[in-house]
Amino acid sequence: MSLLEIENLSLSIAGHPVLRDIDLRIAPGEVLGVVGESGSGKSMTALTVMQLLPELARAKGRVTFDGVDILAAPEEAMCRLRGDDLGMVFQEPMTALNPVKTIGEQVAEGIRWHTGANRPDAEARARAILDRVGLPEAKFPLSRFPHELSGGQRQRVVIAIACALKPKLLIADEPTTALDVVLQAQILDLLRDLVAENRMGLMLISHDLAVVADMADRVSVMRNGAVMESGPTVGVLSEQKHPYTRQLAEASTHVPARARSQEKAEKQEPQPLLSVSGVTRDYPGRRKGLFAKPEPFRAVDNVSFSLAPGHAVALVGRSGCGKSTLARMILALDRPTAGEIRLNGETLGGRSEYELRHARRNMQVVFQDPYGSFNPRHRVERLVAEPLHLLDRKPTAAQRRECVAEALESVGLNAGDMHKYPHEFSGGQRQRISIARAIITRPKLIVADEPVSALDVSIRAQVLDLFADLNQRLDLTYLFITHDLTVARAITDDVMVMHEGRIVESGPTATVLQNPKSEAARALVAAAPDLERAVATRQRATGD
Amino acid sequence: MTPDAPPPSPPPERHFLEMAFANRSFVIGAIITILVAAMALLSFLWTPYDITHLVVADRMKGLSLAHPLGTDHLGRDILSMIMIGARNSIAVAIVAVGIGMGVGVPLGTWAAARGGLIDEILMRFNDLVFAFPALLSAIMITAIFGPGAINAIIAIGIFNVPVFARVARAGALSIWPREYILAARAAGKSKALITIEHILPNIAALLLVQGTIQFALGILAEAGLSYLGLGAQPPMPSWGRMLFEAQTRMMIAPHLAVFPGLAIVITVLGLNLLGDGLRDLLDPRLRRER
Amino acid sequence: MLAFLAKRIAIGLVTLVVASAVVFLVLEIVPGDPALLMLGMNAQPEALAALREEMGLNQPVLLRYFGWIAGMALGDFGNSYTYSSPVLELIGERVLVSLPLALISLFLSTAIALPVGIFAASRRGKPADTISMGAAQIGVAIPNFWFALILIYLFAVWLRLVPAGGFPGWDAGLWAGFKALLLPAIALALPQAAILARVTRSAMLEVLGEDYIRTARAKGMPRRIVLWHHALRNALIPVLTILGLQFAFLLAGTIIIENVFYLPGLGRLIFQAITQRDLIVVEGVVMLLVATVIAVNILVDIGYAIVDPRLRTRR
Repeated sequence: MSLLEIENLSLSIAGHPVLRDIDLRIAPGEVLGVVGESGSGKSMTALTVMQLLPELARAKGRVTFDGVDILAAPEEAMCRLRGDDLGMVFQEPMTALNPVKTIGEQVAEGIRWHTGANRPDAEARARAILDRVGLPEAKFPLSRFPHELSGGQRQRVVIAIACALKPKLLIADEPTTALDVVLQAQILDLLRDLVAENRMGLMLISHDLAVVADMADRVSVMRNGAVMESGPTVGVLSEQKHPYTRQLAEASTHVPARARSQEKAEKQEPQPLLSVSGVTRDYPGRRKGLFAKPEPFRAVDNVSFSLAPGHAVALVGRSGCGKSTLARMILALDRPTAGEIRLNGETLGGRSEYELRHARRNMQVVFQDPYGSFNPRHRVERLVAEPLHLLDRKPTAAQRRECVAEALESVGLNAGDMHKYPHEFSGGQRQRISIARAIITRPKLIVADEPVSALDVSIRAQVLDLFADLNQRLDLTYLFITHDLTVARAITDDVMVMHEGRIVESGPTATVLQNPKSEAARALVAAAPDLERAVATRQRATGD
Repeated sequence: MTPDAPPPSPPPERHFLEMAFANRSFVIGAIITILVAAMALLSFLWTPYDITHLVVADRMKGLSLAHPLGTDHLGRDILSMIMIGARNSIAVAIVAVGIGMGVGVPLGTWAAARGGLIDEILMRFNDLVFAFPALLSAIMITAIFGPGAINAIIAIGIFNVPVFARVARAGALSIWPREYILAARAAGKSKALITIEHILPNIAALLLVQGTIQFALGILAEAGLSYLGLGAQPPMPSWGRMLFEAQTRMMIAPHLAVFPGLAIVITVLGLNLLGDGLRDLLDPRLRRER
Repeated sequence: MLAFLAKRIAIGLVTLVVASAVVFLVLEIVPGDPALLMLGMNAQPEALAALREEMGLNQPVLLRYFGWIAGMALGDFGNSYTYSSPVLELIGERVLVSLPLALISLFLSTAIALPVGIFAASRRGKPADTISMGAAQIGVAIPNFWFALILIYLFAVWLRLVPAGGFPGWDAGLWAGFKALLLPAIALALPQAAILARVTRSAMLEVLGEDYIRTARAKGMPRRIVLWHHALRNALIPVLTILGLQFAFLLAGTIIIENVFYLPGLGRLIFQAITQRDLIVVEGVVMLLVATVIAVNILVDIGYAIVDPRLRTRR
């Protein structure tokens, strides 16, 4: 008998159809992976099971959990189920906890509500489950507030809340998407252990095939509100019979063709394009007491490296390792506390904004968020033309339009798109606009800060192709800032691993990622989800 | 390939008017505001009676066809007084909001752009001005210079400065960390230019909404000040002053107190509704919530 | 928390000192010769000289200023020219009217606004919400002194339940005094309550959309408990801000309302002082009110720190 059975579920929100004829089953103790790109309806399916849908949502079909007809159940019955037999973990740990209540209160609350336990008993149980999720009493007493915890620690609290009463089914909606790879591996391990210990069913929702392959017994692939394919993980992901599944798998391991990386390595350039020497950045720390002098926090610690023209280099590391701070200093958006950065032999330190114009023309930036990187009130023409401000002679309106048209065409958009507003474009198209803006001054160096992290896998493959293409056509040098090793592997020649403000290892990408030497690099490589490896492991396990 | 479809929502400007007409608060608020403004403008050209002409025989008449809202203790037509009084209220409130915006917005955006010590000093300056409610400033000015409409304008204007500085600063601070600001800096634009090109257009909606709120508060404050005799001086009619004069005669002629008060309530209500409507229309976050 | 408190009080004191300089500048420097301003153009030269002597106008400006604030710090606000008695004494009598009035109306407006706002938020879009917020919308637009006139007409002139104005003094009994303050307090409180109710409602709605509300619901907590245990405390943060700002309005309101009801409070005192150009009284009362506003802002900040644990460690 199934623990959860979803049959012919259709859902509309304010009249817009969101889900169509969804069929899903989870047996007791089974892990079901639900994969799909954004807008596929994964989260809405989960919220339907929890009955936490937005007000205007209307669901049709049948959802049966543990013999209870969920869609027909009254609110009181759902309140008894939620938090007791049904637990849920959300994507964004930073906002999932109430900022004004202690973690102890928040874990104990559900225990008291469901079991009627008195405060000391509930707190004892809360203590036990917090210990279990890896938050020991010595460092994490019940009296801690959420803001005193990091993102990974907060996600552990959310898991403790969801698992406090050993639910029969745990729903985890992208539980690790907001975390870096090492934390992701830790949280997934924790979920796996909790599920095994208590024989819980788990519905793991993720956009990442590798994560699902690693965790799930069975997989359902969703797209545009419908289930494309369901079946055992090994069968679905190794055979890839369904074209959409194959497309997803190919996109997630996509490596753009880059012919020139070989010959480039042979041709020794006399002068590096970018050289960073002994760069350090301190931030004022938090005051400990009224009169105690605050200890500065060292975000970047004595970093030196150089970048040859035409190369693509990845700067990888966990979140908070200082890689974005370093990128900002290279872009002269932040000043180093010590050390020197030179672009084409020209030093960036201590220059006025006017004197920096020449350097800025030669380096541009592409950001992660395709939604936040444009002023919503400007048209594409104005957005893309913004760096032309750096030219010594102001271009005429006609020249400007010509430059913009050229830039848009070289990133695969139409010249006519310049009259539109950014919200008329999709995420992938916006990232192309962002690249067009970066190349309009014909720069030599592009710094890209997590340029594909916010994109769905198939879009991300296309954008990576574009990066590879521009690398050759325009002879661009890239510095990719990323926590995602697949990006580094796909598109860069060299990789630098950053850990706690220092560069701990660097070398050719393939060498470093295959045979990492430093502990930080080994941890990153081990934690990075890998689809082929996961499927192979699973095949071996089932084959035995 | 996966359709990487753009979001279905149409561009906002095409449907702005349509949405505006569907927003009840906005429509009612705009109609009231336009009517009050039209009444004030009309008073320059025409009023039913000449209010400098006192007809003692017509003192404190009730409502009639000749005097739709009655007459006051000097026989002046109340409707005409209210029309001219609207002029005074609106003028004081507009200039006071102008002072607040003109000084507060540059200060607030400057503090947000510079941060650090300048920001801290500005916030302390805000605390200081907040310690002087408009009435207190008006009292001090009157104590020195004697009463007058200018006092009311200065006092309410001073009080508006920190309000706009705060709103502008908070709005600007929420825009500064956006990636398009970083991109603009990477394009070599100065903080002043970024403030003009990127910050101001994106906080304009916020300022506009705050402007209608402060406008309404300004009308209330002006009425309070002129009720106390700290605002416009006779013979210039003002709504607050009319209420003061009505108070002692309330036993005999309660209608004297009714209409100027209603004029204030309706004007302020109209402006507040307009502000609410504008906020719904301009703030995409709140719009999504509906 | 202690460091936070110390810093907040230090900032408050600095603000107060700067504010005193502003008051001194406006009332004693800008007029040129305050004594002449107080006595008028036709003053006797001997009287002028005597007043200048008493006000210490012959001393250098800085000395006068420091003498003035030192005196206030020690409780000496100077002597009123018109009443010929110490300003502090005059203030002391009037505070007994103004302070209870302000407190009663603050209590009334909070007691009305918070429940209405929470109730409206929990019934969002339903008739109860529409009606209460429609009433609040109108309430916000009503000037308190006009509302006071209407109340006087209804309850004093027409129904004759309470006196139309005046204050019997607390000697006449607690109840008699309270009765005289009741209408003024209601007139002050209701328009304030309308603003506060609107702020409470929108703060609640904002909080109810947060992720942690969903977490609490996923725990199985019913809507009602989530509303009171999770949403309310977070929603109090913006409500406290408005409460602090409103106190300044409330003080201004008391000055107006005291004039409507002929109550012998600080508002009447400062008004008589203005008409009689008694600058010494004006200075004293203005400084007292400014100090009150600053003190209330400190209290509001402490309130923030109690409600929001993030502020206790930060800064």
